[in-house]
Amino acid sequence: MKQLTTPRMDQCIGCHSCSLACARLIHKRISWDTAGIRIHSSGGLSTGFVANRCLACDPPPCAKVCPTGAYTDRPGGGVIVKKSLCIQCGKCVDACPVDAIYRDRGGDVYVCIHCGQCVQFCPQNCLEMVDSSSIEEVLV
Amino acid sequence: MIRQEFRILLVDATTTKGKVVLLDGRNDVAGGSGLAALLYMKYGQPGLPWNDESQPLIFAIGPLTGYFPLMSKMVCSFKSNYHGEYTESHAGGRAALALQFSDLDALVIVGRAKRLSCLGIGANHLEFKDAGFLRGTDAESSGKLIRRMFKAGSGHRSIMRIGPSGEIGSAMACINVDSYRHFGRMGGGAAMGAKNLKAIVIQGDSHFKIPPGKEYPRLYKEVYKKVTSTDMMRKYHNLGTPANLQGLNDISSLPWRNLQQTCDPAISTINGTSFADQALLRNGACSGCPVGCIHIGFIREKVAADNRYHYHQVAYDYEPIFAAGTMLGVTNTFDVLRILDIMEKVGLDAMSGGVALAWATEATEQGLISEKETLVTLAFGDAIAYQQAARHLGRGSNDFYRLLGQGTLKAAAVYGGGEFGCVLGQEMAGYATGELFFAAQTLGFRHSHLDTGAYSYDQKNSDKDITRAVDFLIEDEPGRAFLTSMVGCLFARAVYTEEQLAECLMAVGFDTLSGSIAKTSEHIRALRWKVRAKTGFNPENISIPKRFYQVKTWKGPIDKDYLDSLKKEYGKRIEAIIAGS
Repeated sequence: MKQLTTPRMDQCIGCHSCSLACARLIHKRISWDTAGIRIHSSGGLSTGFVANRCLACDPPPCAKVCPTGAYTDRPGGGVIVKKSLCIQCGKCVDACPVDAIYRDRGGDVYVCIHCGQCVQFCPQNCLEMVDSSSIEEVLV
Repeated sequence: MIRQEFRILLVDATTTKGKVVLLDGRNDVAGGSGLAALLYMKYGQPGLPWNDESQPLIFAIGPLTGYFPLMSKMVCSFKSNYHGEYTESHAGGRAALALQFSDLDALVIVGRAKRLSCLGIGANHLEFKDAGFLRGTDAESSGKLIRRMFKAGSGHRSIMRIGPSGEIGSAMACINVDSYRHFGRMGGGAAMGAKNLKAIVIQGDSHFKIPPGKEYPRLYKEVYKKVTSTDMMRKYHNLGTPANLQGLNDISSLPWRNLQQTCDPAISTINGTSFADQALLRNGACSGCPVGCIHIGFIREKVAADNRYHYHQVAYDYEPIFAAGTMLGVTNTFDVLRILDIMEKVGLDAMSGGVALAWATEATEQGLISEKETLVTLAFGDAIAYQQAARHLGRGSNDFYRLLGQGTLKAAAVYGGGEFGCVLGQEMAGYATGELFFAAQTLGFRHSHLDTGAYSYDQKNSDKDITRAVDFLIEDEPGRAFLTSMVGCLFARAVYTEEQLAECLMAVGFDTLSGSIAKTSEHIRALRWKVRAKTGFNPENISIPKRFYQVKTWKGPIDKDYLDSLKKEYGKRIEAIIAGS
């Protein structure tokens, strides 16, 4: 099972094209927040960029605390999302150890589903879909 | 958000209260430049001084901001203290998308805060914070402290701030946007300082549904491919704008040493390749732009004999290298960056500051001024002296520097040397390409090299057909005014043709505007000029200093009669636009 990785974030220029693509294509939103991958500077723009995104925990703690089955384990790590089952309790947001789930003001939550749609929109080749079993280290 | 009316946040800095105003006019002015002019008509006070409390400071974005690649810039408009008239300045960074995601088309600030303050806004918050402790603080340190003052949205927001230059009302003060971009020209920093605002923090924390149907995501992908997969934008992303330094020097069109020369073999040490090879640390992008034209260099300073160092990151581009490099005769990449670093910190527009110091250097050579005025002896090539002088100019260390900060020709009026002040409406841009550019910058709406493509026309045409040349300026301006109303980056003008813009506007639901681009472009151009005229514009008031008549370009010596005729004809044509004929 493939998952989204961010192996070359050193090359990131902070254009947000990946976040905008995820929001636009997956969540049908114009946004740099309501996306499964969100790019942040860290301590100002002189320090470069980090990607807030699901690291595909296996098993995922967010799915474990989800009371309605909206999040379930995804083979190879991460979650399968059934949005219609979500009651906006926000427990997944608190359970995520790396702040990878975004919750908007209405209570909707957004997490990477490892579809890879964002990869083609990164002009710097920072992102890559990789088989879960071949990942040696986490790079963000 | 896509809506027909404009959603404006009108903030009164005096009372620290704001209100949301819904305004009609989308199909007449589109947004950005057009919207800013409309807002000045509504809230501006053409007859009152630039720093009157009631004058608005306007920030506007466009209907495509955040919806398509490179629709990533913001327009700032205000009554300038440089010439006392209405003007615009443009900047990138994160500001445009942050305002869009605050669900606003524009932010208008009137009044004056009682104490130096920071304004924070977002989709559902508006707050002023006292920032008296930031008085005199440079733009870099201010950024660090402001990040601490405003915790929400950390790492994902826009911070626009001024340095000491803006606080003292220098007409060369810029507004620093997200560390590496600027509303540079015409004293935007002073306009913000007049509001007693040290910074504006925009959080951008809302989101919108995408336009219905499959057309919008399809078109986005198509435009994205155009800007990233073709060579169209490669020059901006590879060496960046400094790639042009060598080319301009090769055709004797690059100003050197206060425009005493237009070429010098020393360009090889500070051209685009030299900067990339020696000093380029990394690249950056404005939010929403996959091209990433921002080039950030480094300077490394040894602070003790036993290998103790610190380093700074400094953004560079063609124009700052011209202003702090060739114009000052400084021919070492790191020295250029050191001068730019100081200008960045004091919040000085690099182009204006460099050209002003070039004049001061020649005035020193001619004995019109001395160290008594400049506090440090200025000489072409002396980078250490220029670092000190940049700090003095930015902070207004004495009467001389405070006057110089109001404009080179204002200082020349007192000390002499007006004939060699390199001023074309404002301190020149880095193009000594010929007569048409000199006339065009002199009378251009923003006095910017991007008002029209005159510098490009000069490089391709050596005939002296006045009508054809001025026709080019007149015909070139509306398309640019429309693109800056979207607000797209002008680097993308080859991608965003009228047809492409029509398609984009249609895809997001602005059908009427999509079908009337030519008409709306003309309307926006005329509106901007009319607003400027209300604040006092008269082409007769602006003259071209003698130095520009002494220039030799690839076409040979400047033809005085041709230049004067171009200026006269261009002025007449602008007056006709203002008169509505």
